[in-house]
Amino acid sequence: MSPRELVGRVGFYVLIAVITAFMALPVLWLLLAPFDRTPTLTTSLPEWTWQNFAGLLDNPYALASLGNSVLLALGSMVVVTVLGALAAYALSRVRIPGRDGLLYALLLLSSIVTGTAAMVPIFLLMFELNLIDSQLGVVLVLSGGLLPAAIFILKDFMDATPRSYEESARVFGAGPLQILRDIVLPVVRPGIATIAVWTVVNVWGNFLTPFILLRSPDKSPAAVVLYTFYTEGGQADLGLISAFSLLYSIPVVAMYVFVNRRYGFRFHGGIKR
Amino acid sequence: MALTTSPPADLAPAREAATDAAGLGRVRASAFVVPALVLIAIFLVYPALWTLYLGLTNYRLTGIAAARPQFVGLDNYVRALRDPEFLNSLWLTLLYVIGSAVIGQSILGFVLAATLRTVPRVVRGVVEAFVMLAWILPSSVVAFLWIALLDRDSGTVNALLGTPGMAWLLEYPMLSIIVFNTWRGTAFSMLLFSAALNAVPPSQLETARMVGASGWQQLRDVVFPHIRGHVLTNLLLISLWTFNDFAPYLITAGGPDNRSEILPVFVYESAIFDGQLGFGTAISLLMLLINLVLAVVYLRLLRERRS
Repeated sequence: MSPRELVGRVGFYVLIAVITAFMALPVLWLLLAPFDRTPTLTTSLPEWTWQNFAGLLDNPYALASLGNSVLLALGSMVVVTVLGALAAYALSRVRIPGRDGLLYALLLLSSIVTGTAAMVPIFLLMFELNLIDSQLGVVLVLSGGLLPAAIFILKDFMDATPRSYEESARVFGAGPLQILRDIVLPVVRPGIATIAVWTVVNVWGNFLTPFILLRSPDKSPAAVVLYTFYTEGGQADLGLISAFSLLYSIPVVAMYVFVNRRYGFRFHGGIKR
Repeated sequence: MALTTSPPADLAPAREAATDAAGLGRVRASAFVVPALVLIAIFLVYPALWTLYLGLTNYRLTGIAAARPQFVGLDNYVRALRDPEFLNSLWLTLLYVIGSAVIGQSILGFVLAATLRTVPRVVRGVVEAFVMLAWILPSSVVAFLWIALLDRDSGTVNALLGTPGMAWLLEYPMLSIIVFNTWRGTAFSMLLFSAALNAVPPSQLETARMVGASGWQQLRDVVFPHIRGHVLTNLLLISLWTFNDFAPYLITAGGPDNRSEILPVFVYESAIFDGQLGFGTAISLLMLLINLVLAVVYLRLLRERRS
């Protein structure tokens, strides 16, 4: 290796080290502070303890808010997967006039009408429908936003399943609903699982919609409650914030790892949030 | 055998039957599609269309205008264009999108995609894990991580840089949220560019190297033509997402003195917080239009590439 190449190689690894430090630095606090007896804002090696997690039990909102997050996430997951799968199946199998145009229009719409850009009309709509401070309202709004992309992806999965299974089932006298339940659903299960996880991750992390639509702290999900922990006046309780942040983050990371292991990372174009 | 000999005219109905393999029929198919469409219509389409009307009224949440909102024509729009706070917000949004998405995320993402190809597997795994973590952690969590990182008295950045007492979020609020969003969203560009770089034929790079092309020339003349489509796709998507990003609110709440008040925060402050729903809707409509332009260009691009 010539000196010039050596310098280049060293420079290359310095670059990677700097980028890695930049990416890792903010996260280290999340990994260390929850286990520190006296957590500060500075990232440092902890004096090991579990007491911060025990402290979560004393806070009236912490665990309840995780329950609310589960409720919102599972509620939206059920709505999106059930309605999405039914619609995708019908659109995949029956020729409805203007189908492709409709799908494109919906997909376009869902990327335009984001929770942020449409926060005012959505807030007003929920106000008029008397769905402010209702968890059902949050589930409906979030599901409405996620459905178009869910239908689009599920239709891809449905299109890829062979029709001969359904035809033979029909020959043996199975009805359409039976076929859907016993033949199609098992075959497209990876697609449904992807959509289910994707919905849960989206809803779990969503801050703005519940922040705007929910009023009572005892109905708020973890995203909003965590925010109030560090913005309400007085000294921030770093033990509580760090332990709660970690507990609240684990499910998303776990689901990501699960999907990645099981199905590999799927690249679905403009579909993340 | 019968099929191959029958005239094409008989083929059409046969094929149609084959599409509806489960014997769903149009009526049942519609019953399957309608619930999803109703939900989408009420909670996605209707709010979007409603902004067209609401932006022309003086709708407020409380007071007289709440009971009987009046039609005020284009007043909200005229007011917005004269409002220095709105124009400031528009400018900050442009800085935010260009700084963190167009420059920050795409360059860092490309550098990561290009460099990680040649490093040992373990290094690659570790770096990618942190990049992905930044992307998938919930925004209320990452917002606090950055508040802690940039804290004036005990933030890790001040400890590392030897700048004790520097209040980054107060002195440089825009720079802070731009760096934050670069960190937050780089994963997408990295993933997209690594996929794209796999499509560059190694033989072409080999040839370029043999004729003595420099690294930059290889990048410009060999790599770039192959990934041009990906670069555009990436730019449009990350711009769209960054433009609709509410996370900076969790870090700076638009402050100090509106110095980091990007459009989403501006809409929230004026419509939901101050209750000027008509005015806020007018700004929302503008955001929807910008989203529309970005999304239409993106879909066009996709279609062109497919055909």
